[in-house]
Amino acid sequence: MRIELEKRPNVSALFSILSPFIAFALTIVFGGIMFALLGKNPAAALYSFFVEPLSEVWSLHELAIKAAPLILIGVGLSVCFRSNNWNIGAEGQFIMGAIAGSILPVVFYDWQSPLVLPLMLVLGMIGGAIFAAIPAFLKAHMNTNEILTSLMLVYVAQLFLDWLVRGPWRNPQGMNFPETRTFGADAILPEMLVSGRTHWGFAFAIIAALLVWFMMRYTLRGFEITVLGQSERAGRFAGFSSRRMIWFSMLFSGALAGLAGISEVSGAIQQLRPVISPGYGFTAIIVAFLGRLNPLGIIAAGLVLALTYLGGEAAQLSIGVSDKVTRVFQGLLLFFVLSCDTLIHYRIRVVRERFAALKTDEAH
Amino acid sequence: MPVKGQIASGPLLAVSNLTKLFGSFAACDAINLHIEPGEIHALLGENGAGKSTLVKMLFGVLAPTAGEILWMGDNVRITSPGDARKLGIGMVFQHFSLFEALTVAENIALSMDRSISLARVAEEAARLSRVYGLPLDPNAHVADLSVGERQRIEIVRALLQNPQLIILDEPTSVLTPQEADRLFETLLKLKAEGRSVLYISHRLEEVQRLCDRATVLRHGKVTGACDPRAETPASLARMMVGNDVAVVTPEGTSTTGDVQLEACHLSVAARTPFAVSLKDVSLKVRAGEVLAIAGVAGNGQSELFDALSGEYPVADDNAVQIRQKPVGTKNINARRLMGAGFVPEERHGHAAVSSLSLSDNLVLARNQSDRRAFLGGGFLKIIRQGAVKAAARRISAAMDVRKSGEDPPAGSLSGGNLQKFIVGRELDRQPAVLVVNQPTWGVDAGAASRIRQALVDLAKAGSAVLVISQDLDEIFEVATEIAVISEGRLSDPYPARELSREKIGLLMGGMHGKTEGAGAAHAH
Ligand SMILES: Nc1ncnc2c1ncn2[C@@H]1O[C@H](COP(=O)(O)OP(=O)(O)OP(=O)(O)O)[C@@H](O)[C@H]1O
Ligand SMILES: [Mg+2]
Repeated sequence: MRIELEKRPNVSALFSILSPFIAFALTIVFGGIMFALLGKNPAAALYSFFVEPLSEVWSLHELAIKAAPLILIGVGLSVCFRSNNWNIGAEGQFIMGAIAGSILPVVFYDWQSPLVLPLMLVLGMIGGAIFAAIPAFLKAHMNTNEILTSLMLVYVAQLFLDWLVRGPWRNPQGMNFPETRTFGADAILPEMLVSGRTHWGFAFAIIAALLVWFMMRYTLRGFEITVLGQSERAGRFAGFSSRRMIWFSMLFSGALAGLAGISEVSGAIQQLRPVISPGYGFTAIIVAFLGRLNPLGIIAAGLVLALTYLGGEAAQLSIGVSDKVTRVFQGLLLFFVLSCDTLIHYRIRVVRERFAALKTDEAH
Repeated sequence: MPVKGQIASGPLLAVSNLTKLFGSFAACDAINLHIEPGEIHALLGENGAGKSTLVKMLFGVLAPTAGEILWMGDNVRITSPGDARKLGIGMVFQHFSLFEALTVAENIALSMDRSISLARVAEEAARLSRVYGLPLDPNAHVADLSVGERQRIEIVRALLQNPQLIILDEPTSVLTPQEADRLFETLLKLKAEGRSVLYISHRLEEVQRLCDRATVLRHGKVTGACDPRAETPASLARMMVGNDVAVVTPEGTSTTGDVQLEACHLSVAARTPFAVSLKDVSLKVRAGEVLAIAGVAGNGQSELFDALSGEYPVADDNAVQIRQKPVGTKNINARRLMGAGFVPEERHGHAAVSSLSLSDNLVLARNQSDRRAFLGGGFLKIIRQGAVKAAARRISAAMDVRKSGEDPPAGSLSGGNLQKFIVGRELDRQPAVLVVNQPTWGVDAGAASRIRQALVDLAKAGSAVLVISQDLDEIFEVATEIAVISEGRLSDPYPARELSREKIGLLMGGMHGKTEGAGAAHAH
């Protein structure tokens, strides 16, 4: 006996829309079961995980701060994924963007000018883009699988950052802590609202999402991305180059990841440390899929996944479970999103091997 | 309740009131049909009549909206191709379902039981392809095969399942006459073995040659049943289309205009191990002329198309010239901007993206040549949906494209209707040069005559038209001049009037002999 996936003749439009919601509901159900198995009251635990973080102004600001990089990266990835380029290394591009943007406040710390911040942001984008250029080059010219190369480069970026903050960039006045100097006032991304900590990174994320939405929906470039993602041959017939699209989509998503990296460092952390991301680059992959690769959906999905980070922190404090539950929830969510999508396009069939084997043997 | 004896003598398959709705559109409307054991049954009808939809329901690809399917007298529900295969139904699709990255044997193995080793599948496939005269290399990659070769895979794959009923959806539209003859032998052999065949085709001569009975569909309804041998092609066509089909002749085209499209000693190395290399191809197409290139599939036609269209530019700029300007190194859009239009052979995933709407598929081919009309917003290049949709409507009306809905996805159109749109998309521009690869495969008699007439009219209006085709009837209907391609070499052109079918056959054969010798010399 074996289990087969079989393509459905008709894909239900209704379920395509409902799928993220079903996935989210299933995640909550299974999260509740998990809490129950841990000996916690599921209702209370879920409440403190998903609702409490939304009940206060400061925590809403935290939500926006965490959602900003997720949305920014997720939007870039949606362009990649739609064009059939599988950049899995946004985490590395995020870190490299943060490092490149930090050159000014760390190395040239005594240069003070209103130009510092804009230059940092630009450097951040360049850093992320250059790092994404490596898998782009390898795919476009060496036919290498970008999933593997971009993923492996994440570890290179992480270790490079670790080396920098322990070595050449360590704060000389920092009692040997593995940290850089804290950024000067000119190098800090200001807060957006008077009510709390949300910095301009959130605005960048929303603007980027709207621009990409516009691009995908109305422009020839968006059309090119869609066509090349569906059929390279038809794209060639249209005069589009899939090689150029590899470069465009990888550099574009790398730049957005880099911008997210420098925004996070300059707006929220204000120095470099060995670890500057709780896995934003990976979580953004979930965000992109949960948002159905649609920039507007990605804004919503980014907020949902940001909530899992906050919920994890809150649950750690209030009910005393490890903040690893965040990872568990994110994993559940990705699993359910992908399986809902799969079940929308395919149905499961159980095939009895014996019978089939007999039939074909008879045949010959 | 039928008893056993009656089952054996009753029809193999019967459908009653079988209906398929797409939205409110009835692609099949209360169809009744039965197929006897050991008969070859033809299903006829113009493009969009609902033939593919009907057989897809029989093969479990589409779920019927209403009606019954009786298999050997039993009411069955066929919910998947797996079900159909288990019952003993095999199918060869009009649009193939093959994985390009896999080999022939791997593709076949995918539809088989997994307990059978790949080696055994390859062996069995090789054996069947020998027995039934369908040459096939089990280790070739599908991506490198021509349409005709891909079809053989589908046929062998269906035969491997040892079906009682084998359904072929327009099998010969991509075959050469010789290949088709071999297929007919195969089918007659199957019939002699007591199997039944449900045969869809637009070629009425072959239906007459082959089929015992025919059912005619029009607009989703059965409009008649007949013994095709008692009819003439013209009377069959009338049953399908409802009126007579116009005869096309190349009358009025001429060979005296300026050269608009030229290939000069064009040589292209094979891109993949299974592709054909072009060897020193030279041709000239003048304004007002239709040059047709005949040849057996897989002899360099697609490679020639790629080089002429600029999808794969060549190294020598002078090797291809459009309106007497060298364009060999230019890309496809640069060539379109110089007034050329192109219609590739494969509709799905090359000429059109199935999941995109017709209007999007219009942008696909004309995003640069019509950028003034279709794009706005300066460097933002915003697609003007209004203008594009209006143009798509104009094309659909001009070519009589039958579709469900205003702007449906290309994949939902029947094969022939999509082809009408794809050809119409280029004709709508009135291109000075048009290169068409297999303009009417899978297109019904009425629509084919319309497309061919449009090609002739385009030439008469002063354009240069190059038609690559395997269909000799088509070639004689449209061509002013004819050349033959074989193993990547092109013969000299001959005026169509001076050529007979036999001579073309000889040309193909003669050139084969010559190049085989040359190939052997290279090999050592
Ligand atoms: N998935 C679908 N959604 C909507 N309409 C469809 C779909 N599939 C087919 N149709 C419509 O049903 C009609 C019948 O299509 P079908 O493919 O059965 O025609 P056909 O007789 O096989 O034509 P051809 O000879 O061109 O292959 C067409 O008008 C087509 O547009
Ligand atoms: Mg059909």
